[in-house]
Amino acid sequence: MSAISVTGLTKRYGDLIAVNGATFEVPIGTICGFVGPNGSGKTTTIRMLLSLIEPTSGTGQILDEPISHPERYLAKVGAMIEGPAFYPALSGAENLRVLATLGGYPHSRVPELIDLVGLSGRGGDKYKTYSLGMKQRLGIAAALLPNPKLLILDEPTNGLDPAGIQEIRDLLSNLAKQGVTVFVSSHLLSEIEMISEYLVMLRKGEVIFFGKTIDLLHRSRPIIVARPASSSDLLKLKNLVDAAGHPATIDGDVLKVDAGDDWSADLNRLAFENNILLRQLTPVRPNLEETFFEMTEER
Amino acid sequence: MRIFLAEWRKLRRPTLFLGSMGAVIAVTALIVSLLFLLIDSDTGNAERGMRITREVLALSSGITIGFSNSAGLLGLVALCVFAAQTAQEYTYGTLRNLLVREPRRIRLLLGKYLAMSIFALISVIISAITSVALAFALSGTAKVETAAWQTAQARMDLIETFGNVLISTIGYGTIGMVLGLVLRSPISSISIGVGWLLVVESIVSIAWSPSADWMPGSLLGVVAAGGSPLGVSETLSYTEALMRVSALLLVAALATLFTFRRRDVAS
Repeated sequence: MSAISVTGLTKRYGDLIAVNGATFEVPIGTICGFVGPNGSGKTTTIRMLLSLIEPTSGTGQILDEPISHPERYLAKVGAMIEGPAFYPALSGAENLRVLATLGGYPHSRVPELIDLVGLSGRGGDKYKTYSLGMKQRLGIAAALLPNPKLLILDEPTNGLDPAGIQEIRDLLSNLAKQGVTVFVSSHLLSEIEMISEYLVMLRKGEVIFFGKTIDLLHRSRPIIVARPASSSDLLKLKNLVDAAGHPATIDGDVLKVDAGDDWSADLNRLAFENNILLRQLTPVRPNLEETFFEMTEER
Repeated sequence: MRIFLAEWRKLRRPTLFLGSMGAVIAVTALIVSLLFLLIDSDTGNAERGMRITREVLALSSGITIGFSNSAGLLGLVALCVFAAQTAQEYTYGTLRNLLVREPRRIRLLLGKYLAMSIFALISVIISAITSVALAFALSGTAKVETAAWQTAQARMDLIETFGNVLISTIGYGTIGMVLGLVLRSPISSISIGVGWLLVVESIVSIAWSPSADWMPGSLLGVVAAGGSPLGVSETLSYTEALMRVSALLLVAALATLFTFRRRDVAS
């Protein structure tokens, strides 16, 4: 069973296609990152999953219920979409009580969640006095109110300091260990790489990858970074490497060679035989950010 | 019930609740005071320079006149509250939170409407108590006989006026809610609503008098006054005014509900 499963999900606004035939699945009990450049359709997709926007075409299921019947699944879903949104004149705790009352959840969860997200002692203060990081924490608390089976978070670490980001990362990992599926969009790709087992990647409204994060990283091309002791040898080394069938580019005082780490020894020998002394020879597997830029051609 | 209680949590916050009820008491006190204290004034003691004499005030229905005259301003308070409470869900972005917790949109709106109607009911009760208490307090100063105010007929008149003022107030509130849903901005919906009811309707009615028989503000005025000559229109009966304004508001509300049910929530 998938927590989220969509097929051909499309949203058009006149001639503009915000999301085009999105098809992906998010396995239950995993943390799944949802990444893509600004305007790629992430928030529109999330809004369709939550029935805030009606898809132009396509189908979807959340926790085995069709997205055309949100009343069947939303009670088991927690969500924070496009940042926190609350009533400024009410306290943080009272804002949560409004949502707890509306959803029929026990009010006893409110102080528990206030503590859980690190707002202890500030729950009684008016929301308008909160910092951005505190608002973000309250948004996460609101998403956790229903004790969700699926948690959908749009940029949950916006405005948080490094310690706050670490806390949220630990919180999401703990929730996943308890069987909660977490579907999280973020522009902090290093965060996503650290916590996400699965990934859905969007570009210009289209899904360009969905699956295990490790599979995506293995799919991307590894490189070898070589730094000659003398920068005057850079061009000579590049010509040798090119001639050996491995395209290379000069980047500052290093040469980036399009080759796997198994060619490192060959490169070392090639340099030695041509009297080039290497100061650095490092095989590098691109991280998610580099893979993301490569796939979305955003750089 | 959950939707009603959630909305009530927002409505009961002290600044909104006490502020609105304070405005209701102030407006009612002002109108009732002018009615009694200007009783001998040549420029009149009621709306549009109308003069209500000691003899009229001494009738069993006299106890309700100040209350009934407050209906227009009570309505404006209700319009502002209904419009602001509805439109702020868009400006704060909180509508998406509400719809995630209660995706049945019509049910959500009806729950909000019920909570705001109870808020309007409380404001009308407070206005009624204020106007009756002040009428008795000022009757001595204005030399108005109060014997008829303590009869069963006076109580019947008061109940009838209470019902009419309540219908009128909720009618104004409904206009506010419709504007809030259509315009999605508290400032726009309140300024357009109040501007229409206070300015545009008056200008149009002066330019073409039959239009008053179809304007929502004028019709609600007739309903609040129980169809008496104190109403804005002198030709329309209470029943006609009630039916016309009900039809107007029902059409507007249904069109808005239909739009809200289908409209994407992208804010």
